[in-house]
Amino acid sequence: MPHRPPTKEELEARKIVGINEETVTNVNSTDFPHHYAGEDHAWDLEAFRREFRVEFHQNDPYEASFSLIGCHASIANAFRRIMIADIPTLAIETVFINNNTSVIQDEVLAHRLGLIPFKGGKEGLHKFLKWWKKPADESQINNSYYDFNTVSLRLEVKCEENPDAAPGETDPTKLYKHAHVYARDIEFCPVGRQHKYFSGENAIRPVNPDILIAKLRPGQEISLSMHMHKGVGSDHAKFSPVATASYRLLPVIDIIEPILGKDAEKFQKCFPKGVIGLERVTKEEASRKGSGYEGHEGELKAVVVDPMRDTVSRECLRHPEFKGKVKLGRRRDHFIFLVESTGQWESDAIFLEAVAHLKKRAKDIEKQVMNMVR
Amino acid sequence: MSRNEDYQVPTTSQGFGKESGSGGYGRDYGESSGGVMYYTCGDCAVRVPLEKGAPIRCQKCGARVLYKERTKRMVQFEAR
Repeated sequence: MPHRPPTKEELEARKIVGINEETVTNVNSTDFPHHYAGEDHAWDLEAFRREFRVEFHQNDPYEASFSLIGCHASIANAFRRIMIADIPTLAIETVFINNNTSVIQDEVLAHRLGLIPFKGGKEGLHKFLKWWKKPADESQINNSYYDFNTVSLRLEVKCEENPDAAPGETDPTKLYKHAHVYARDIEFCPVGRQHKYFSGENAIRPVNPDILIAKLRPGQEISLSMHMHKGVGSDHAKFSPVATASYRLLPVIDIIEPILGKDAEKFQKCFPKGVIGLERVTKEEASRKGSGYEGHEGELKAVVVDPMRDTVSRECLRHPEFKGKVKLGRRRDHFIFLVESTGQWESDAIFLEAVAHLKKRAKDIEKQVMNMVR
Repeated sequence: MSRNEDYQVPTTSQGFGKESGSGGYGRDYGESSGGVMYYTCGDCAVRVPLEKGAPIRCQKCGARVLYKERTKRMVQFEAR
């Protein structure tokens, strides 16, 4: 049998993961060599260049959503993992507690402080600051802190009675001074060249100044200093630049047979808002034979407006009136990313940095492979 | 959690090892300087100076529960 090249529809259908009422079909990609007889699916840079697209849906400083279209899951997942675990950020690493008479224990307080996200001048954070490495010799630890690898912070809070409080006041924040310790109470102590990179607008400060660190009562005191270092999310989650970086596949809703009238309204309610729209059947459609619209001119029909908003709840598959009229699926090569920054990086810069990181890693392994075969 | 404070064996107290069950009242806890120790009253939270051998009692409210004060030394923690 001579080989027949696949039609456009067939190629398209290969990219769709089928979603049925209780099963998922066609989950694996098949665009690799020797899967289809007579078809060459070897990876090709030119073909990739032609097919690959990036589309931004939302690009706010701390939240970005974009699509990678036409790439394999392994690449998309690599970017996700790099964003979570390999992009360096600055976070509190050591806490030196001079006094802590609050009810929160030293170690719990230190842990809480470590999780506070900080921001500061981008040039200083990404270019000037380098890694701090714990010296092998413990006694040399005090000679390992420099202005380019350690940022010093202080937190000095003492709670006192407020003499100006109204009699009968019950709110602790009015009754006492400094009853609540917030992230904004943390003080940045620049040293050396840090004055140049982190002054004024660029000072190192918490992203969210209203994070509650501890509660105090009169006579209680917290007095401590902290060291911040650069780290990566694979070491500790506090270093992760993203609150979440995730992707999902683009949902596909295929209405095979017309859904009309009351059914159309019910069908619309099976999906989140904005996924399914209602349109009137036009005269042209009603007069076309075999379209399923004959004699239904002016009635409402369900049309797919924005499948990206669908959550693929499969609700529409539960109803007998839609049986055989709709097909759900997901595009295997369309990844909708959602990157939510903790504040130290711009969310789109995190993705660009992830691309640069993957590139650097690939170059590193190329060098090693070349050494291996030499 | 790592504490960079090494435990130091108290050296100035006499007979620290042998008084296992004897319930030594008025033991010497190594504060050989003879100065006053400060405690915190469990009832009124006032700072109570206590000399060696003095009755364990708050001078202000008379409560008999006194707490040791927190160490004056710096304690180091990893924020993890």
